[in-house]
Amino acid sequence: MPSPPQERALLPALEGTKFLVHFAQTHESFRQAELDSLAVYYNLPLEWVEYSDSSPFAIISLPTAADARKLIGRSILAKGVYTLWAHAEDYDTLHSQIQKQPHLFPPCQHHTFKFTVDTFQSSRSIKEQHATIASFSYLNLQGGISMKTPELHFFVFEEFPDRKNLGRIFFGLKLGDSDRDSVNRYDLKKRKYIGTTSMDAELSLLTCNMALCAPGKLVYDPFAGTGSFLYTASHFGSTTMGSDIDGRQLRGKKDRNVVNNFKQYNMSNRYLDGFTADLTNTPLRKARYLDAIVCDPPYGVREGLKVLGSRDPEKGKTPVMVGGIPGHLRPEYIPPKRPFGFEEMLDEVLQFSVDYLVDGGRLAFWMPTANEDGETGIPRNRRLRLDHHCVQTFNKWSRRLLVYTRLKDEDVVEETEEEKREREDKRGTADQLNGFRKKYFEGFKAQDAEEEAGKSL
Amino acid sequence: MKILTTNYITCAVKACKTSSNAFPLQFRDAELVQEELELNEEFIKNILPRIEWPALVQTAASLGFTTLPSTKPEGDLDEQMIKDLHTLLVETQVISGKLVCGNCQHEYNIHQGIANFLLPNHLV
Repeated sequence: MPSPPQERALLPALEGTKFLVHFAQTHESFRQAELDSLAVYYNLPLEWVEYSDSSPFAIISLPTAADARKLIGRSILAKGVYTLWAHAEDYDTLHSQIQKQPHLFPPCQHHTFKFTVDTFQSSRSIKEQHATIASFSYLNLQGGISMKTPELHFFVFEEFPDRKNLGRIFFGLKLGDSDRDSVNRYDLKKRKYIGTTSMDAELSLLTCNMALCAPGKLVYDPFAGTGSFLYTASHFGSTTMGSDIDGRQLRGKKDRNVVNNFKQYNMSNRYLDGFTADLTNTPLRKARYLDAIVCDPPYGVREGLKVLGSRDPEKGKTPVMVGGIPGHLRPEYIPPKRPFGFEEMLDEVLQFSVDYLVDGGRLAFWMPTANEDGETGIPRNRRLRLDHHCVQTFNKWSRRLLVYTRLKDEDVVEETEEEKREREDKRGTADQLNGFRKKYFEGFKAQDAEEEAGKSL
Repeated sequence: MKILTTNYITCAVKACKTSSNAFPLQFRDAELVQEELELNEEFIKNILPRIEWPALVQTAASLGFTTLPSTKPEGDLDEQMIKDLHTLLVETQVISGKLVCGNCQHEYNIHQGIANFLLPNHLV
């Protein structure tokens, strides 16, 4: 059970409407998307005052400090949130800005406190830190220092953008921590049962935050594998259900399986079920009862993309008798599977989401792309609004997290006949199968050739 | 397979999706297990409007649970009703047996609590 943000009343000294968010300097293109998603979940009017992918510091505005603490309390990519008293490019300006706000001082003067100096891309000796802290003596704090349980925790953040020169200084009071510790809790190295395609804890948690997984909700992963998303969706309180075309993955071996991982995390009551099924022949009753769908469909590099059926559409259309009984009723029967187009599967996932998500429900799924593909190839559906499109870049390919919201039917603009024809023309044939896999195994040759050509110039 | 899940499951055969005989699937040789789990009241309340009640009553009765009201409880649920629903929907599961489609008679196996809905080629 994740511990909810502390609900103790805030000290008046901590109030404010502008807040400093301290981010982890990783997965930068996901950071705003995560907080924007949490703002949708908590129905908060989040505004970005300052943000850059190259800095771990961002300034946001929210109605109250309690809102800021709540929002960041569920974030994976933020580390913590602070009331922001001042920020400047040098200490003289910083101090004069703070001194222009003397009304902030009295509410602080009789509480225990602590000062921390945190420097990004440089370092300060203890002596330098003490000198910095001493320069704030005009605050006239009389509540006494408490290193372990301060009522007020002042932070000085220094940023050295080029690792040499001080670029910005931020001064504020700590409001609260994020949920980043959970990355450690769900670390694959500590999980009893994992597989070759398990998604790492940080990205799984992030995906589920962006899918708005939350207490009371029902969340489904149709490519559950060893359950990576099920644990992290349940971490945020959801009840989860997963299926996979390969039931062995859910079942695991002996005591290593999805059920026991839920036990390990002490969340057994949030695991509804796992079953063996193919998304293109789903046993789920068609109705809109899912709050979120999260998945990482097999993209056919490590795991070939397969659905039920035979390569030869004419073959096997009557049951095969084995020893007088139909072969498919024998316990060891494994139904034939056929390769399936990746693009076609994406369309299936989107249509499934349209058919099963509640209004406002979210689909969050991962897809790989060759870097040269750019924004083309992002699947669309009129009943789904693409909210976020975040990219994790590797050397020659990248993968994207696409997040969609199921629109209300009355808000959907229907496709014209002409648009429909165009779309169907573009689709091409399913025989092209998996464009990404093809490029992967060709070693992204076209790109290499270009790079080589570039070098020789 | 939990009893709640059976309320979301029908026959995987496409032709059966439109048949009223296919839902709910019927249990055969069901072996039941009950496991005590912490009550998640919010989930029960949220999920109740998304339950096909007559199908749930039918499934429950076939497994010997006959105390469900014949119509879906509306409005504020009393504490006992939430607990009873939690026990039936979330704590009770079929650990082995078969689920049978009333339309095409296809049987789906449940083994170690995990149901297998993969179809043989002639039903795809």
